[in-house]
Amino acid sequence: MTPKGRYGKYGGQYVAESLMSALIELESAYANVSADPQFATALADLQAEYAGRKTPLTFCPNASGELGCKIYLKREDLVHGGSHKLNNTLGQALLAKQMGKKRLIAETGAGQHGVATAIVGAALGIPVEIYMGEVDTQRQALNVFRMELMGAKVITVRSGTRTLKDAINEALRDWVANVRDTYYLIGSVVGPHPYPLMVRNFQSVIGREAREQVMKKEGQLPDAVVACVGGGSNAIGIFYPFLSDDVELIGVEAGGEGITTGRHSATLCAGDAGVLHGTLSYLLQDEHGQVLPTHSISAGLDYPGVGPEHAMLRDNRRVAYAAVNDTEVLDAFRFLSKTEGIIPALESAHAVAYVMQNAGRFDKDDIVIINLSGRGDKDVAEVAALKV
Amino acid sequence: MGRIEKAFARAENPAFIGFTVAGDPDKTTCIRIARALIKGGTDILELGVPFSDPVADGPTIQKADERALMAQTTPDTVFEIVREIRKESDVPIVFLTYYNIVFRRGIETFYREAHDAGADGILIADMPVEESEEICTIAPRYGIDPVFLVSQTTSDKRIGKIAAKAQGYLYLVSVLGVTGVRDQVSDGAIDLLNRVRRHTSLPLAIGFGISTPAQAQTCARAGADGVIVGSAIVEIVERNLKDPDVMEHELTEYVSSMKKALIGDYPV
Repeated sequence: MTPKGRYGKYGGQYVAESLMSALIELESAYANVSADPQFATALADLQAEYAGRKTPLTFCPNASGELGCKIYLKREDLVHGGSHKLNNTLGQALLAKQMGKKRLIAETGAGQHGVATAIVGAALGIPVEIYMGEVDTQRQALNVFRMELMGAKVITVRSGTRTLKDAINEALRDWVANVRDTYYLIGSVVGPHPYPLMVRNFQSVIGREAREQVMKKEGQLPDAVVACVGGGSNAIGIFYPFLSDDVELIGVEAGGEGITTGRHSATLCAGDAGVLHGTLSYLLQDEHGQVLPTHSISAGLDYPGVGPEHAMLRDNRRVAYAAVNDTEVLDAFRFLSKTEGIIPALESAHAVAYVMQNAGRFDKDDIVIINLSGRGDKDVAEVAALKV
Repeated sequence: MGRIEKAFARAENPAFIGFTVAGDPDKTTCIRIARALIKGGTDILELGVPFSDPVADGPTIQKADERALMAQTTPDTVFEIVREIRKESDVPIVFLTYYNIVFRRGIETFYREAHDAGADGILIADMPVEESEEICTIAPRYGIDPVFLVSQTTSDKRIGKIAAKAQGYLYLVSVLGVTGVRDQVSDGAIDLLNRVRRHTSLPLAIGFGISTPAQAQTCARAGADGVIVGSAIVEIVERNLKDPDVMEHELTEYVSSMKKALIGDYPV
């Protein structure tokens, strides 16, 4: 990566002038803590004693039998809060505290990042306000309750498409107005530099553990690592430590009702280069550069952009990106629940669905790691209501 | 000398810079709005290029963007609007846009088309000076002034960098926050004006939150070269969507009152 937060041609800092000083301050504070062993120790301690790391790499005998390859799940669903999101919020909240910030703001789609931010706010004693699109507050009502229970204020966003994209817009507007004492805790590897870098580094604990665990259990690297991609934080977190290895890496996007229908969130499969929320990456947009509405059964993937590092990894073909549609995801949601007694988040079920769709590609001895980025309890009510 | 430079050079009093969103509420009405603003004495016309995700703007301008997009406004429409205005006026025209609109069209294409239509300057709201090398290379080829924002949080070092790249004028953001009407001009805005003045001889215009003659006069007395009004104009548009005749009349009256305040003969 070049010094200015670039991943190939992607990345950068496309923000209003009022935010530049905050980004410069953040870059410098992050560089300081990155070189500080005390910060690393404090974070590792919280990860172990509070978040419950390391998470298991669970072998799935039943799913393996059904699919005809060795399936392992990296169990981020077991992280406190129910998803990988806490890996990042712990890191950034510690940083915010070190910077003397008095208030955390965050956006959330599915609510998992909002919950993870509410958790660290309560644990570290920093007030939290969460922006959430109205559509998402309805489909993820349970997470709204969880956030409020932990003392966070949830602000319903009624502008634009009333989903994650607009929650980010409102959080950015709040940040501009309160930039001196507020820390914007972005939940994915999106946004202006240094966010994609910081979030990837905080999330790559997933891949470091998984690599070590699979070497210990199997004595070899996996054949493939599969993860869902919305903004792309769980995917980059598990991919990053495998980038130099001879391991197939597959990112699975939300195909929604099918890419040809236009109702999807498959940015890398169907978008092209554009600038949104401070970064140059792939974007779902019309011919004039207006951002398109997106759709996914999973609120956490319902976003028209994607992290800039994924854009680079797509172009240089180090990672293959595919999409699965909503019905395939529901099948995978039920399949993993039934075969292994593990209810995946609808987001993570995209990765499971990809392996189900492509099981024929793998041999009996092939090792496939699926990043189970979150648990599906939050989705149970919505799936039950579908009755399909 | 370009139209923008001339406008500041000949103005005896601080310039009034009026903003409206191109294509709000539709192309025809927008041209009438521009005409009304010019009739009232607008010295420089800023046209917002509507964008689906205007993160630097408050709800008033966001809604105007939505109306313009509902009316199928594209960059082509925006250029057509400029051509129509040019048939009757030499007022300098500056685009306010978000980068993706320019990027998507092709930077060079956008600047060329803007010039051909008759535009004089382009301000990209989400383009800090650090990312601006390419646009600053292309803009002068087409005689387009790259206008930049400076905010209260901009360090002296960065003010220097920005002033070195900017042409036409510097847009001083008077508040921490997004666009929208506020009650007063903050002390921070006046401090910023004084701070930027030490770095550059470019004209300095204050914007964000300015709506009343009293605020315009405060800026003028503090030595601003211009005041920029957006949301207050867009509010007049929004209030009179059903009656464009009243809208035109109110806009002209409003700009006249602001001009009087800038000249100094307004009872504040």
